[in-house]
Amino acid sequence: MSKDRVQITEEATSEPRPLLELRDLAITFDTSSGEVPAVRNANLTIMPGETVAIVGESGSGKSTTALAAIGLLPENGRVSGGRILFDGEDLTKADSKRIIELRGRSIGMVPQDPMSNLNPVWKIGYQVRETLRANNLARKDVDVQVAEVLADAGLPDAAQRAKQYPHEFSGGMRQRALIAIGLSCSPRLLIADEPTSALDVTVQRQILDHLATMTADLGTAVLLITHDLGLAAERAEKVVVMYKGRVVESGPALEILRNPQHPYTQRLVASAPSLASQRIKSAKSAGVKSADILTPESGATKAKSDDVIEVKNLTKVYKLRGGKGAGADFKAVDDVSFNIKRGTTLAVVGESGSGKSTVAKMVLNLEKPTGGNIIFDGIDLTALDKKALFNFRRRVQPIFQDPYGSLDPMYNIYRTIEEPLRVHGIGDKKSREAKVRELLDQVALPASSMRRFPNELSGGQRQRVAVARALALDPEIVICDEAVSALDVLVQAQILNLLADLQAELGLTYLFITHDLAVVRQIADHVCVMEKGKVVEAGTTDQVFNAPAEAYTRALLDAIPGSRLELRPEVA
Amino acid sequence: MLRFILRRVLQVIPVFVGSTLLVYFLVFSMAGNPIDALSGGKPISPAVVAQLTAQYHLDQPFIVQYGIFIKNLFTFNLGTSFSGRPIAAIIGQAFPVTARLAIMALAIEAIFGVTAGVIAGLRKGKLFDGTVLLASLVVIAIPTFVLGFLLQFVVGVKLGWAKPTVSSGADWGDLILPAVVLGLVSFAYVLRLTRTSILENMNADYVRTATAKGLSRPRVIMVHILRNSLIPVVTFLGADLGGLMGGAIVTEGIFNVPGVGNTLYRAVLSGEGPMVVSIVSILVLVFVLANLLVDLLYAWLDPRIRYA
Repeated sequence: MSKDRVQITEEATSEPRPLLELRDLAITFDTSSGEVPAVRNANLTIMPGETVAIVGESGSGKSTTALAAIGLLPENGRVSGGRILFDGEDLTKADSKRIIELRGRSIGMVPQDPMSNLNPVWKIGYQVRETLRANNLARKDVDVQVAEVLADAGLPDAAQRAKQYPHEFSGGMRQRALIAIGLSCSPRLLIADEPTSALDVTVQRQILDHLATMTADLGTAVLLITHDLGLAAERAEKVVVMYKGRVVESGPALEILRNPQHPYTQRLVASAPSLASQRIKSAKSAGVKSADILTPESGATKAKSDDVIEVKNLTKVYKLRGGKGAGADFKAVDDVSFNIKRGTTLAVVGESGSGKSTVAKMVLNLEKPTGGNIIFDGIDLTALDKKALFNFRRRVQPIFQDPYGSLDPMYNIYRTIEEPLRVHGIGDKKSREAKVRELLDQVALPASSMRRFPNELSGGQRQRVAVARALALDPEIVICDEAVSALDVLVQAQILNLLADLQAELGLTYLFITHDLAVVRQIADHVCVMEKGKVVEAGTTDQVFNAPAEAYTRALLDAIPGSRLELRPEVA
Repeated sequence: MLRFILRRVLQVIPVFVGSTLLVYFLVFSMAGNPIDALSGGKPISPAVVAQLTAQYHLDQPFIVQYGIFIKNLFTFNLGTSFSGRPIAAIIGQAFPVTARLAIMALAIEAIFGVTAGVIAGLRKGKLFDGTVLLASLVVIAIPTFVLGFLLQFVVGVKLGWAKPTVSSGADWGDLILPAVVLGLVSFAYVLRLTRTSILENMNADYVRTATAKGLSRPRVIMVHILRNSLIPVVTFLGADLGGLMGGAIVTEGIFNVPGVGNTLYRAVLSGEGPMVVSIVSILVLVFVLANLLVDLLYAWLDPRIRYA
């Protein structure tokens, strides 16, 4: 009997103890409609120094699981079962004093949105300093220490920067400050909740690289939460896939990507944009027609293959206010030219501030160009009178990024889709209703959703409504400004497929504005890469992806999470 | 910062000119002859009428009268009231009383309003929260003159805890009851504003991040919730100070406070143009300065708008 016990202890010491272990963790939320389980039977183990990623879509419980480990569940949430073992200590039984002791010093956190996670009224240095003070780690020369911590996180000119407020920082710099705060007390575990999803890809890559170096130096274990499977596989040793509050699969990262077992993981792998390498071919055009879509110059489309939009030397200059001396000019768009052939998709790619959205606004005629021309089907947009403009609006329609912000919350779905028809005086009440039904059918929404309001729909459903609204007037061109950026990967894939199907069916032309090269790969025939207002590279999607000519394009391509993984599994 | 203040001070000029011009015009076009009002309808000799008309420049066109008024205002020569006392002396007597009353009322609403609001916000849905919310609603719903007479009768006359009316000296002790009445309505607004603001900030991402950093609960509340929550409250209090300094006609009337509100009310009744416009001009200045103070406080509390 006693011998057995000795053996067990020996085994325990020879095997390193896990740093964090979640055993059958269950979390419920108390809502007005009763208790809602958010996480059920979640199991997870992180060894010291190891990086583990939780992957899942929004609402899968991945953030909730991680927040529970640091005692930060929202007020109405609670751990309703299971155990959270941190270095052998059960945190579900620890009192709040003990939790406060662990926070910062033993478990650090890097939150998701750098814009909202720094207190706007305190200087950056102050927010780092109070972290050190609260954990009794402040040295006598605390200002020097703060600068060191910030510099370690890759913030240039840290001593000066520490005296600035968050609003004087860019998104990437704020995220560095948050990483500095999270790691300032050299915690043993860092919870990184989507640490870079709000940032441009190239910045994202720098920050993740830096984070990896720092945590490796400190020997910090990382619990990385992300919706991006490619990113998870690239950065973590182990991946845990969560779906609807359950862990559906876990194991070594590459193994899961190569050989996903659970159907959800299989779908996730198949639709992960960062891993896709092919343009989506519409199911309906999979046969002969697909050749036309991919190579519109082939002659098969003849008369229809003309340039429907021609942008020539487009320039937009904004006057900046409040600059010292004479008002400085800001060239948002600088001598941009491109053509879009009818029935094809052109993607304009760039990081925030590259001027891509300004181009979209000018093509939509929502913004007047400072110079240059936009020729739409032979008509110069800069010289349209009121009536011609009204007709133009009918032929060119937008789909915007945020499906939560672009639908009027007071309009039901029927009214939203019917409004453009009414405005343009098309049909009578009865025929309009028939048209709305047809449109809903085209975007695969049930006719019963007509009487519902936007807040009753999910993000993906709302974006379908936005697509239906855009199509109501039978436009020739649809301009998608980051139309899928706000959506989860699976929903994103559905919408992209829908757009591809509609293109094949209706012969639509798309101008696709996006920062996400992975999406470009799936939807575009031609690509324009923009940097600081200029087009730096243009060509067919294959050309740009397979043989990028510009260093900037290569940097963008490299920065796609998972781009360095060579493992495209053959998932049908 | 300096540019910000300078620009704001320069903005006072058009506001001041515009508002005094408007008030002067309104008083100028008031029905009735001020000399009739002065004489109380009794017949007076044409010589006296002519003399008074010349003294108050009543025969001059509007814009000339306004010009003379502005000139006098800046040379502190406000003229005399119809009763023969210098207007400057009357205002000099009434303003300190109103200022005292306003400061007391502001202190009451700020201290009690913010404290109760913070506690209610932190204990949302608990007994304290529900009680003060209901009480503040009752206070807001009752008109000032009802509340004023009620407190005057109960606290002043029946219980005798405070003087029901104000003596001519109007010292601090005399003004407690009117100050409570005056501050009570704003107290209810301050309470609700603070509570809402606290609730909003409690769920902010940066508060969660502050907690994750290992800060103690009191520190999170004091440093990260309170300061951010007080920004709208301070704005309200500053604007309210401007309003309180303008004198509260109803409250000052109930308690017979010899303040600005009372004086202004009597001047309007007797059609004393110069007096009304003089008081209003000073009120405009006070109001504009109070708002400037608010903006400076605001910029100090919220660094994002410092150079805006």
